[in-house]
Amino acid sequence: MNHPQPTETSKEPLAPGQRLPESECKELSPEAIAEIHAIMAKYPDKLAATLPALYIAQREFGFVSLSAMKAVARAIGIPEGHVFGVATFYTMYQKAPVGKFHFSVCTNISCALRGAAQLLEKVCERTGVKPGEGPSPDGLWSVEEVECLAGCGVAPCIQVNHDVYDELVDEDKLVEVMEACKRGDYRPWAE
Amino acid sequence: MVAIRTKPDLHTYTFPGFGSEQFPNLMLRGAGDLDNWHIKVYEQKHEGYVAMKAALKMEPVAVTEEVKASGIRGRGGAGFPAGLKWSFMPKDTADRTFTRYLVCNGDEGEPGTFKDRVILEYNPHQLIEGMIIAGWAMQCVTGYVYIRGEFLWLIEKLEAALQQARDAGYLGKNILGTGWDFDILVYRGAGAYICGEETALLNSLEGRRGEPRVKPPFPAAKGAFGQPTTVNNVETLAAVPPILRMGGAEYAKIGTPKNTGTRIFGVSGHVKRPGIYELPLGTPMNFLVEELAGGSSTGRKIKAIIPGGASAPMLDEKDFDCPLDFDTMKARGSMAGSGGLIVMDEDTCIVQATLRLIRFYAHESCGQCTPCREGCNWMEMILYRIEHGQGRMEDLDLLASLTPRISLRTLCPLGDAACGPMDSALQKFRHEFEHHITHKTCYTTGSRLLSKVGAH
Repeated sequence: MNHPQPTETSKEPLAPGQRLPESECKELSPEAIAEIHAIMAKYPDKLAATLPALYIAQREFGFVSLSAMKAVARAIGIPEGHVFGVATFYTMYQKAPVGKFHFSVCTNISCALRGAAQLLEKVCERTGVKPGEGPSPDGLWSVEEVECLAGCGVAPCIQVNHDVYDELVDEDKLVEVMEACKRGDYRPWAE
Repeated sequence: MVAIRTKPDLHTYTFPGFGSEQFPNLMLRGAGDLDNWHIKVYEQKHEGYVAMKAALKMEPVAVTEEVKASGIRGRGGAGFPAGLKWSFMPKDTADRTFTRYLVCNGDEGEPGTFKDRVILEYNPHQLIEGMIIAGWAMQCVTGYVYIRGEFLWLIEKLEAALQQARDAGYLGKNILGTGWDFDILVYRGAGAYICGEETALLNSLEGRRGEPRVKPPFPAAKGAFGQPTTVNNVETLAAVPPILRMGGAEYAKIGTPKNTGTRIFGVSGHVKRPGIYELPLGTPMNFLVEELAGGSSTGRKIKAIIPGGASAPMLDEKDFDCPLDFDTMKARGSMAGSGGLIVMDEDTCIVQATLRLIRFYAHESCGQCTPCREGCNWMEMILYRIEHGQGRMEDLDLLASLTPRISLRTLCPLGDAACGPMDSALQKFRHEFEHHITHKTCYTTGSRLLSKVGAH
C-alpha cells in the first residue's frame, strides 16, 4: 500500500482540506468529456465510468494529478473524494509525471529467477533514472518496478508504456528497445 | 478502428503428440497463428460458433445440465464446479424480474500464470462463443469482460473481435431469431492483483476501489450493480464451446473422474522450454516439467516447484510426481490454483524467493482486513532482516506463529495465499533460513533475486 501521493507539476502535495487556486484548475477537453459521457451511458450506474474516465484524464493531463481527479469528478458528477480513493488505489494511474517512455519492469518471482533484478539495475543504469523517481532530465525515460505482467514464460519481460511486452530481455535487447523508442516505433506515453 | 498489433510472442505452445487422442487440443487451437483471431478463420478452421448455434436451439436449463455433466471445475484457482455455479442463478427465466449479468474474469495477475493472455491473443472468438453460450444458459442481458489494464493490446484485439461477432449477428438484439438480446462489454482494470477476487472485481467493475465484499450475499444473489451475477475465469468460459461440441459426457472422459477435461499449464522459471502446455488434468507434474518443458535449464537439480501460481505452497522433490489435479494437489498439501508452475533449481535461495513473494502480497493487500494488511507487512519486514543478516533464531517461530493469525481471518483468500509460500518454505527449507541467520549469507550460490535499486 506504499503508493506515492499525487502531486501537482510544480507543487508539493496538497494537505488534506487544502484546495487548488481556481486559476490552476484545468479542464478536460470537450472531446474527452463527450467520451466520458458515452461511457457512462453504457453502464447501469454512472460510477462505473470512474476507471475509464481516469484513463482518459491520464491521457489528457499526462498523469493523474489532483486537478485531473477533480476534472473527472466534475465530468461524471460524482464526489471528488470517490475519484481520489479510486485513483490512489490502482497502480496504473500515475500520480506523478512520467517520461515519454515509461518502462515497467517485472521483478516478481518468475522473472527474478531469470535475471529480472539484474535487468532492472541495467534499465536504471541505461536510462539514468531510478524506480519511483520522476522522468530523466530530457523527459524521455522513467522506470517503475511492477508486479507480475503475465509474461512468466518469456521472462524477464518489460512493458514500455502500455504497449506490447518486450520478452526475454537481455542487455542487447534493452539497447534495441531504447533505440526503437527513440526512432518512434513505440507509442509515446499518453497517446 | 485501431490497428491490431501483430508482434508475435515467444512462447512454446506445442509438443510431440499434442492434438492426439491422449493429449487433445481443445483450448489452444490456432495458438501461435496470429491470423487466428479473425472470425472467418475461427469458423472455417476450428468449428467456430457451431456449439453456440446448437446451444441456442436448446433450453437454457439443458445447456447448464450439459456443463454440469462435463464436470468442469473453475479454472481460476478455487476449482469450484462451473455448472453448479451457473445453477445458483435465480431461475425466473420466464417473468424476468432480475437483470442477470455474466462477468468474465480476465484479471490475470497471479505470478507464474500466463494462460488467459494466450486465449485472448489467439482465440478471442472461442471466449466470445463461450460467453454467448453461458449468457444463454443463465439468460443474462450483458456480459462484461474484465481484463487487466496491462493487456491494452489484447483489449483492442478483443474489441475488434467483438465487432466482428456483432456484424455476424451473434451479439446484439434478437440473436439468431431467438428473441434474446445479449451484448459483451470490455472493462479495463488498472493494476490491482486483488481484482482477480470475484467480489473485488465486481467492485472495480462498478468503478470503486477493488476491495472484496462480505459474503454472503454471493454474486449469484447480489453481484454486479446489485443484480445476480456469475463470475467465471477466461479459461472456464473458453472451455464451454468444446464441451457443447463434444457433449458433456464425452468431455468428462478426459482427465480423471473428479477432475475432468484439459487445462492450460504455464511453466516458468528454471526450465529449458518455459511456455504454455495444454494437458488433461491428472497428468503427473514431472512429466510436464521434465519431458515437455525439458527439465532444468541450468543443469542443476530442481529443488522446489510452486505448482499453481505464487499462492500455492511449494512442493519439494518427494512430491514432484504429484498428478496435476485439484484433489491430489490438495491432499499433498499444495493447490492446483491457476495452473502456473514455477520451477526453482537447487541454487535458488529460498529466503530471497519467499521474501519476493511476500513482498508481492504486502504490496497487493487491499488494506481492508487488518490481519492481511499488517501481517503481510510484518512478514516482509521479518524476512527482510533475515535476508540482510540481522535475523534472530526466534524470528522463525515468530513467522510460523504469524500465518495462523492471518489465514482464514480475512474477507478474501489473499491473506491465505500469502501464508501458502511462507509456511511451506519454513517447513521444507527451514535449514536455509537458519543458515541465513547464523552465517548472515545465503545457503546457496545462485544469482540474486532482489534488485539493489529501490523496491516499490
